[in-house]
Amino acid sequence: MGERVLMKGNEALAEAAIQAGCRYFFGYPITPQNEIPEYMSRRLPEVGGVYLQSESEVATINMLFGAAGAGVRVMTSSSSPGISLMSEGISYIAGAELPCVIMNVMRAGPGLGGILPGQADYLQATRGGGHGDYRLLVLTPGTLQEAIDLVMKAFDLADLYRNPVMVLVDGFMGQMMEAVEFKAPEKLELPDKKEWAVGYRKERGGRTIVKTLSLEPDPLEEHNRRLQEKYRRIEKNEVRHESYMMDDDVELVMVAYGTTSRIVRSSLKALRAEGIKAGMIRPITAWPFPYEPFKKLPPSAKSVLAVEMSCGQMVEDVKLGVAERFPVHFYGRCGGNAPSVEEVVQAAKEILGR
Amino acid sequence: MKEVLIAERPKSMYKVSTHYCPGCTHGIAHRLIAEVVDELGIQDRAVGVAPVGCSVLIYNYIDLDWYEAAHGRAPAVATACKRARPDLTVFTYQGDGDLASIGMAEIVHAANRGERISVIFINNAIYGMTGGQMAPTTLLSQRTSTTPYGRDPKASGYPIRVAEMLSTLAAPGYIARVSVVKPKYIIKAKEAIKKAFLTQIEDKGFSLVEILSTCPTNWGVSPVAATNWVEEQMIPVFPLKEFKVPE
Amino acid sequence: MPKGRVVIDEELCKSCGLCVAACPTKVLSISDKVNSKGYRPATQAKEGCIACKMCATTCPDVAITVYRIDE
Repeated sequence: MGERVLMKGNEALAEAAIQAGCRYFFGYPITPQNEIPEYMSRRLPEVGGVYLQSESEVATINMLFGAAGAGVRVMTSSSSPGISLMSEGISYIAGAELPCVIMNVMRAGPGLGGILPGQADYLQATRGGGHGDYRLLVLTPGTLQEAIDLVMKAFDLADLYRNPVMVLVDGFMGQMMEAVEFKAPEKLELPDKKEWAVGYRKERGGRTIVKTLSLEPDPLEEHNRRLQEKYRRIEKNEVRHESYMMDDDVELVMVAYGTTSRIVRSSLKALRAEGIKAGMIRPITAWPFPYEPFKKLPPSAKSVLAVEMSCGQMVEDVKLGVAERFPVHFYGRCGGNAPSVEEVVQAAKEILGR
Repeated sequence: MKEVLIAERPKSMYKVSTHYCPGCTHGIAHRLIAEVVDELGIQDRAVGVAPVGCSVLIYNYIDLDWYEAAHGRAPAVATACKRARPDLTVFTYQGDGDLASIGMAEIVHAANRGERISVIFINNAIYGMTGGQMAPTTLLSQRTSTTPYGRDPKASGYPIRVAEMLSTLAAPGYIARVSVVKPKYIIKAKEAIKKAFLTQIEDKGFSLVEILSTCPTNWGVSPVAATNWVEEQMIPVFPLKEFKVPE
Repeated sequence: MPKGRVVIDEELCKSCGLCVAACPTKVLSISDKVNSKGYRPATQAKEGCIACKMCATTCPDVAITVYRIDE
């Protein structure tokens, strides 16, 4: 630790999980995330963990249900179509309040789509995908270093709130290489899993049932109320974002996460060079979404521009944050294409009429 | 003169009325599991995985730690629990729709990996909870709410013989088919369940006990007639035997 | 032949009749009583129980307790 190493994104995500104490990995191959299970299959036996290649994503997510219910640190990784297959199981995991980490290295959709990067699973990640009123904590790192730090944090957050956490990156992040450093995360006071996990009947002095069925309406409504209280707590405590060049005289506020936020950051400099004052709000958590900074935009702001590798998904959250006080614009590329700096600069200029 | 108690409720079974219909043999299978748990002294380390179907509420009757799995996925849940906690005795309880239809991939692959889990598979040739629809194990010509003219192999295939099919795999340690419709079968069924649990405890591989059961309500016959139907109609199609035993 | 006594929990019994069919000495029958769920519970109506436990073995509702009577 403390040493900077050059690593591929997928492998950095996997190593971060190992260092966070994850000892169980279940997964099914899918491009462009295969380096994660491959790395885990090599590393987990070295640290006394279990790697299991399952028969499908459906089995995978139910293995997470089983391992998380036994109180161990467990994760899986997949890419867009695989996450769709897991969505039912994610609903069960959220309903049973089991902690686990799910990585989605997004590719372009819909359907099989392509194996090139995309950001079109934002709504699936933040609005469900599975059935019922549940939420995932969704972390959207912008650099590999931040990805490592967030993966380490993800396991703690999962345990702290007994909730599945999704690390949402795109194929670029998974496939690119960057210098990274593994720093030990701060130690959190975490609840004792023996209170609810299976296999601790003696220690607990009674049994436990890891379940989601509730045939009576009132207890089920009460369970939902309790889940919603937890989600409000998460919204209050865990929302994160970063602002770039959001000076008092900013005219155009751009919004982007993950790889697109890196493109927008380059665009900000290009725009400044042409005398256009643009800044960026970068969500680090997609759920909870950082609505607050959009309520406090400086009086100089004229417009908001969301940039994504999708046909417009996060922009819906941006609109909720802006609440019709400013015009909200969108620029996106999809199908595996990414917006270029030039395209973003052009879009910004058109909005400002320059 | 002295009275000696020779048959009573197993210790690990709650004294409650079940939600099962009169004569439904789920209750017998539940009791046999509880008896085996008590005899092996594993109540503190046995973990069950309940299915979706009539027996989803099995945890209301047997006093153990339980999971309630998504439909068909109990073997995946059990796999991960056992991998995480090899010291526990982990078993699933699944019906024919859960295991042999929606959950066919999970059961085949758990068996093929030789997961150290035990599977109690209830085959009553019909969907119970949803109201008597065709199951993968429904017999040819058998009338169900979705095969009103009888199961036609041209339209809906043949009953799947799960125990035979899984016996073709190398990894399973113990696979048997038993029944719980009459005392002579019930005694053997309990022995099979015990062998399955011991196969797991002795680390000899995956174990599965297929139990031919009844569904008097959806078959539309009396409980006693249902037990006769299993003997006369089901056993010829699903022979009772041990297909694999640990070496 | 050993002697036995069968005790059937009237509230747990669902009147399925499997014990009546399983009893080799035909000492069990369905009673005229009605329990709180509306079922007519089985009962040992006659002497002659041989403590074979077949009734308890086949009872799906675990409603049957069997005693062996040692003279």
